[in-house]
Amino acid sequence: MTRVEKIDVVEPPTVYHVKKGEQGSVLDISGFNLWYGAARALFGISMTVERGLVTALIGPSGCGKSTLLRALNRMNDLIEGVTIGGKVTLEGNDIYDHRADVIALRKRMGMVFQKPNPFPMTVFDNVTYPLRVDGVRDRRVLEETVERALRGAALWDEVKDRLQDSALGLSGGQQQRLCIARAIAGDPEVLLMDEPCSALDPIATAKIEELIDELRGHYSIVIVTHNMQQAARVSQNTAFMYLGRLIEYGETKAMFTVPKVRQTHDYVTGRFG
Amino acid sequence: MTTELANNSGTVKLGRSTRFRRRTATDFAAEGEPFVWALGGALALGILMIVGFLALVIWNGIVTFIPKPIVVVTATNGDVFAGEPVRSEQFRPGPEVLAPLAPDARAAIAANGGLASRTLYRVGNYDLYGEDFRWIAAHDVKSIEAPTGLVLVERLEWGPFIGTIKSVELGDSAKEVAASTVGEIAAAHDRARERWQRLHRIERNDIGAVNYDLNQDRLRLRKIEIESGPASQAYTQAKQRFAEREANLKRDYERLSAMVAALRADDDKEVITFADVRGREKTISLSAVVRMYKANDLGLVGKIGVYLSRWWEFLSDEPREANTEGGVFPAIFGTFVMTLLLVVAVTPFGVITALYLREYAKQGRLVAVARISVNNLAGVPSIVYGVFGLGFFAYILGGTIDHLFYAERLPSPTFGSGGLLWSSLTLALLTVPVVIVATEEAVAAVPRSMREGSLACGASKWQTIRYVVLPRAMPGIMTGIILAMARGAGEVAPLMLVGVVKLAPELPLDGFFPYIHLERSFMHLGFHIYDVGFQSRNSEAGKPMVFVATLLLIVLIALMNASAIVVRNRLKRKFVGSQF
Repeated sequence: MTRVEKIDVVEPPTVYHVKKGEQGSVLDISGFNLWYGAARALFGISMTVERGLVTALIGPSGCGKSTLLRALNRMNDLIEGVTIGGKVTLEGNDIYDHRADVIALRKRMGMVFQKPNPFPMTVFDNVTYPLRVDGVRDRRVLEETVERALRGAALWDEVKDRLQDSALGLSGGQQQRLCIARAIAGDPEVLLMDEPCSALDPIATAKIEELIDELRGHYSIVIVTHNMQQAARVSQNTAFMYLGRLIEYGETKAMFTVPKVRQTHDYVTGRFG
Repeated sequence: MTTELANNSGTVKLGRSTRFRRRTATDFAAEGEPFVWALGGALALGILMIVGFLALVIWNGIVTFIPKPIVVVTATNGDVFAGEPVRSEQFRPGPEVLAPLAPDARAAIAANGGLASRTLYRVGNYDLYGEDFRWIAAHDVKSIEAPTGLVLVERLEWGPFIGTIKSVELGDSAKEVAASTVGEIAAAHDRARERWQRLHRIERNDIGAVNYDLNQDRLRLRKIEIESGPASQAYTQAKQRFAEREANLKRDYERLSAMVAALRADDDKEVITFADVRGREKTISLSAVVRMYKANDLGLVGKIGVYLSRWWEFLSDEPREANTEGGVFPAIFGTFVMTLLLVVAVTPFGVITALYLREYAKQGRLVAVARISVNNLAGVPSIVYGVFGLGFFAYILGGTIDHLFYAERLPSPTFGSGGLLWSSLTLALLTVPVVIVATEEAVAAVPRSMREGSLACGASKWQTIRYVVLPRAMPGIMTGIILAMARGAGEVAPLMLVGVVKLAPELPLDGFFPYIHLERSFMHLGFHIYDVGFQSRNSEAGKPMVFVATLLLIVLIALMNASAIVVRNRLKRKFVGSQF
């Protein structure tokens, strides 16, 4: 990954009407650009992620919302030929600084993926993975973490007797909640969710949504979703992206009832997308 | 739809043709029916060949040890011999053979299209006849009968004897054999065999240990001589110590020799005399008889007993008589240990290489070249690996090791010639492409989401590989190892250069420090097949052994593969599982 300093002015400018968190913002994205090789995927994105709130990223396929989400914990580093420009700060620290420790950064940001991706290990080992890669070996600490994380992910009652079974034997919804438990086990500040319910049935989806609601406050959550009802249900702020640009970023209620930009209105009412 | 088509084109036909469009040659090809048949046929042919091959090997392997009846053949020229019929065939006798025959025999051959039949008999008694096998044409046979009382004797030397028991001398009393003494002979035989084994053990283990100690002391002395010089005080002292110890060991040796001599004296007192069908006698020590049975008097139980006892000897004993008799235990053991070492060497080597190629190396021209080279390695003739193994491993590496660590043994090489270690490493090199390719594919097949999940948890790249990628790829890696193992266990050509020998009764594993002797040459089932079948004096006697050894090799490889597959399936259940 390379970084460029030059940042273009992007038209049209984003319209903001953000609900401010009580404790300020945790992530601050300013003028962020991203290229896959020569193809530009993000155009001058500027937005904040408010601490303790749920921020939803919506937009049609290919608009760059997953790219933006993955830029926040530098998952795009894995892709060859990625160039970025602009700045993302986590509590004031530039995460793309060449001195920044990517591993430490990722430890502060849990991530949940589109498809459940439990590791080929026991439930216990899956949840404690973030701690074990950190060198934590103390059995008591690990056990406490497992219970806390699984309770946090509303999975404890279902798996407490199967902790030593393979995680691959769980159902899809359970696996996804296990991944959430794993993401919060390391006690991160931000939780990034990349369409966490897209591979789940409605009942499992409802459970995850309930869970997101419960996790709000402890964690700042950024969720990418294709499902606008879901965005309306779980988030406080919603960002609408289109063709790599951030069109409108504001309070969810307003975004879905009285959006300030025509494009947003057309998208949330289902006229395109 | 076809009806509509027919109507639209204006042709109205009745009967079947209006309902079904006629099939054309193009349709036939489009449906791919001929190709399906061709594919199925090719598969069937392949399966047929494998089944046929296995059936041939298994059948021949199974029947080899069944005791056969002995017949006495009287030839028209008055010659009499006894033997086991081995096989019959048709042959075309020349005019010089036909000329002296009786007219009716000639007529019979002419009626048969000029072909006569002949039979091969295993007559044994090599020490008397100078041949083990004998052909006789059907027209030369006057009579064939199968009298009871004939014994087949398997001996330590000179191959089998076929004839009758004439007399037995136990201790001081010589006896003519009567029916009542059969049990007595059997008991005496068991005793004699036990004594022989004790003798063998003393010679091999106890005297071997004394020789080993003596040799070690001598080497230690030589080492001091090399290190301190022959004029030094250290050497003089060591020499003195050595002389004392040598005297002690000599005493041990003499004590053991006396025991051996006593046992031998006992042994010499018990002899058994056989006579062949023409009355020629042969006296041998009772302990030199491995097994004897009255071939034509055996019931089913007796036959099974002989059969099982022969199998047991084959599996557990050392070879005799230039490998054509006795067992193949050293070869089984050598094959097994070599394959195990091969796996131990090839696994880390292949996996680490593949991981670097796939995960760390920058995918560019250099890596592409490396990958092509690896694939090409798999196509190099295996004998080339043998030459490389001998030149590089044995002479260069082994020679250096000898100079550095075994200088006192020079000029006789320790690691500087072919041996178990070099054989395993050579085969590891031969099979490493398989493991590399399999590992690369298995690693590449690990879902991206799983790596990302691990990295998102704050794991480093190495931790991700170690805890997530490798376990997940393990079944695929195991597949590569299984393939490498199967290839390596069956390979013979390179081994002939780097450490396999015709006869090596000393196993690479024994009671002398350091217990595992990786520098020793060893026996191998694959080479054993070649040796028995094509390199022995008596290839007719070796032929059935070829099948038995082949059967054994196949079973050994199948067993090793099966256990690896069990492990792989367990890993697969554990690490791959069912997604959703």
